[in-house]
Amino acid sequence: MNERGDIGNNDNRGNNARDGNNGRRGFIAAAATLTTLATLTLAPGIRLIQIAAARPEEEAASAAVRWGLLIDVTRCQTGCEDCVAACGKENGLGEVARPRTDAQWIRKIDLKEHATGRALSLPMMCQHCAHPPCVDVCPTGASFKRADGIVLVDRHICIGCRYCMMACPYKARSFVHEPHTDQNPEVPRGQGCVEGCTLCVHRIDRGETPACVAACAAAGHAAMLFGDLNDPASAISQRIREVRTTVARADLALDPGVRYEGL
Amino acid sequence: MRFPAAAVLAVLCGLIAVTTTAHATQSGRTPLPEIAIAQPGQCVEPKEVMRREHMTLLRHQRDRTLREGIRTKKYSLNECIACHASRETGSVIGAGGFCQGCHDYAAVKPDCWDCHQPKPGRKTAVKAQP
Repeated sequence: MNERGDIGNNDNRGNNARDGNNGRRGFIAAAATLTTLATLTLAPGIRLIQIAAARPEEEAASAAVRWGLLIDVTRCQTGCEDCVAACGKENGLGEVARPRTDAQWIRKIDLKEHATGRALSLPMMCQHCAHPPCVDVCPTGASFKRADGIVLVDRHICIGCRYCMMACPYKARSFVHEPHTDQNPEVPRGQGCVEGCTLCVHRIDRGETPACVAACAAAGHAAMLFGDLNDPASAISQRIREVRTTVARADLALDPGVRYEGL
Repeated sequence: MRFPAAAVLAVLCGLIAVTTTAHATQSGRTPLPEIAIAQPGQCVEPKEVMRREHMTLLRHQRDRTLREGIRTKKYSLNECIACHASRETGSVIGAGGFCQGCHDYAAVKPDCWDCHQPKPGRKTAVKAQP
C-alpha cells in the first residue's frame, strides 16, 4: 500500500515536474523577450524597463525590486546644488530658512585629496541600507525599511526621540523643529518628527525617478543613475557590473542602496 | 456657604448650551454640527458608514500606503481633501471646513493637519525628465 502510494506520488511528481519545466521554459522565453525589449532604448535616457517599473497602485511594493542610486562622482560638478534645490522643492523643505536646524535630506560634500589636490564633489543622503542602523535602534518601529529597500520614517508613530539620527553614520536624518503649513500634499511632514530622504517614494510609486535624479539630468550632468539593483538588465545593474563602484563607509557592512563611482 | 445643587447644575447646563451653540446650528432642542459639503454627491461609502468609520478607514489606508506603497484612491486622505475642501477657503479646516466643523462639535482634535496639507494642490514639483 505504502509502496503503491509512493509510486503514485512519484508519478505525479514526475508529471508536475514535466509541466513545471514546460511552464518554466515558457516563462524563461517570455522573460528573455521582455529583457530584450527592456534594453531597447526608445530615446536617449528612456528605456522600456523604466516605464514598466510603475506597478499598479493596488499592488504592494515587492522585495523582488531593490531601488538604488549610482552617483558618478566624476560627473558631479563642484558648486552645483541642483539636486539639493530640487529635493527641497519636491518635498517642501527649507521654508523656515534657519540653516542650522532646517531639515536636510540631501547635501553636497566637497572633498579634496591632500596628496594630489584632486577635488571631488558629491551628494550625500540616506543611503537606504539593507541593514539600516536607524531601524535597529528605533524604539517604536517608526523607522522601517519598505519591501523594495526604501528606508522611511512612519511619522504616525515617530516620537521624535532622535536615536536614529545618532545611529546613522551618514548624518542623513533631520529633526523637524518648526511647525509647517505648506507641505506638498504628497509629502506630509511636520513638527516633532525625524525625517530623511525617501528616495521620492511618491514619485517612484508613480514610475518616476527621484527629484534629485531628474534635476541632475536636467542640468545636463547626468551624474545620478536610479534603478532596480535586483534586475540584472537595469541600467544601474549593468553599470555597477562594468565599472568599479564603492559605497560610503563600506567598513560598516550596511549594504547601502546608494553607490558611488569614481570616489 | 452652600449653593443648592440644582442651581449649580442649571448654571452649568446654561454654560454648556452657550458654548456649544457658538459652533453649532440649533435644530429643535439638539444642537447639530455645521457640515459644509462643497461638492454634494456620492462619497466612497454611505454617509452612516463614513460618520462612524472614517477614522478606521483612514488609519488602515495610511498603513497600506506608507508601509506597503499601495496608493489606491478610494480611502486616500488626499482624495477626501480634493472633494471636501471648502469652496471659499480651499481647505478642510478653518472656518467652514468640512473636517473642523464636525470635530469642533465633537470636541475631537485630530492631529492629521500637523503634517498633512489640508488643501488639495500640486501633484509634483519637479517634472520627470525624459
